Amino acid sequence: MNNFQYSRASDVADAIRLLAADPGAKLIAGGTNLIDLMKENVERPSRLIDISRLPLRDIEETADGGLRIGALVPNSDLAYHPLIEQRYPLLASAILAGASAQLRNMASVGGNLMQRTRCAYFYDTTTPCNKRSPGTGCSARDGLNRNHAILGTSTSCIATNPSDMSVALAALGALVHIAGRTGERTIALTDFHRLPGDTPHLDTNLGSGEIITAIELPPHGFARNYSYLKIRDRLSYAFALVSVAAALELEGNAISEARLALGGVAHKPWRSPEAEAALRGQAATADHFGRAADLLLQGATARSHNGFKIELARRAVVRALIQATSATPQSQVHKKIA
Amino acid sequence: MADIADQTPERIPINLVVNGARRTLEVAPWTTLLDALRDRLELTGTKKGCDHGQCGACTVLIDGRRVNSCLTLAVMKDGAEITTIEGLAKDGALHPLQQAFIDHDAFQCGYCTPGQICSAAGLLAEGRARDADEIRELMSGNLCRCGAYPNIVAAIEQAMSRS
Repeated sequence: MNNFQYSRASDVADAIRLLAADPGAKLIAGGTNLIDLMKENVERPSRLIDISRLPLRDIEETADGGLRIGALVPNSDLAYHPLIEQRYPLLASAILAGASAQLRNMASVGGNLMQRTRCAYFYDTTTPCNKRSPGTGCSARDGLNRNHAILGTSTSCIATNPSDMSVALAALGALVHIAGRTGERTIALTDFHRLPGDTPHLDTNLGSGEIITAIELPPHGFARNYSYLKIRDRLSYAFALVSVAAALELEGNAISEARLALGGVAHKPWRSPEAEAALRGQAATADHFGRAADLLLQGATARSHNGFKIELARRAVVRALIQATSATPQSQVHKKIA
Repeated sequence: MADIADQTPERIPINLVVNGARRTLEVAPWTTLLDALRDRLELTGTKKGCDHGQCGACTVLIDGRRVNSCLTLAVMKDGAEITTIEGLAKDGALHPLQQAFIDHDAFQCGYCTPGQICSAAGLLAEGRARDADEIRELMSGNLCRCGAYPNIVAAIEQAMSRS
């Protein structure tokens, strides 16, 4: 780990001021990804600005019936919060599918969004990587790419974003509240993360002097017909090969509203308006689910080792929608896939 | 408030309450809690395994919550209460989890054991595990390369049933 300066921010404005004063500075809250990357010399901040004591830990109901979640709420506290368990069980399930109990205790909601989109080559400073060192090339394209992206890739980068929480937030239509030198702004979670294009070193659209202050959930939580289905190489504490956040609003057997988001397959949580539109007004049948899966996976491409992900994702989407329809969401404890 | 950084950058004074005792020390900003415990406070019960948050050998309780001390900067925990494996026994009596690990022979080499027991103490405090499957899932952040998992789960079940 490199040597760095340490500052403790007294409030959000102070954090923004400290960021502006040192272009090499980074914010730190839980630190679970940042400290790890610093130990590998992938991240080398000149200064860490400790925001962990800022008063951003409330979970409050909004005027329209949604929830506003402070950026520093630990992942575990969010997953086990009664209002999340009751109204947004898809989000609770996704969070509990990720990381370990220790990491969930440490990691903040804002930090979960800010964890790097990454692959093993990003961590390996002896190899070329456009995300770590722009312009050096992508080692994964013709290297070991079994875990890599199949959607939204570029010639520059095929890394995936490993967050489970973000996949559920994308499906739920969450908003991200941001503060910066020029005031506050709000953007959709689905616009927060970026595709790699030719700038894979940029994971998000957060500006250099900005800080996430809260996540907002809209009122509709899809608390009855949902499932978070995560497929991985071991049963716990592993990144997804493919994950699916599925949420339906049913009237009888007819779908009135549908949400689908994929994790583990792209540089950001993957949603498709066409796939969701194709489900609205249709009967909740495996045939219709398969068609939606095909639309969601439209344009999927594989490299040498990750072609299996396309069919795996298609089947996982269908299965998650069946689980959602029958109100039998995937358990994150008992791993048998029903 | 940037005054902390305006002090000598490599040495920042912090106060910790470690296993009930107040400890004052000066740390560099990049000193992890794990290194502070082992190298500065000579509490070597907490183990360094992967040093990347993947194995759980470094698990301690901060203000009652289990965390990976290898991914925690000591300077950020100024004022916190830390419990390590050395702090679990009370008045000469082993913690019920320590006794259960002995009863069930829940280790082979023992290197992961302090982390396993501290993690299990956090698990019991959380109150979210009710059966063996839930113990397995919520202990997945603690690896045991000797493969003592069945006995570890049995030990935690014993401690859970008696707590």
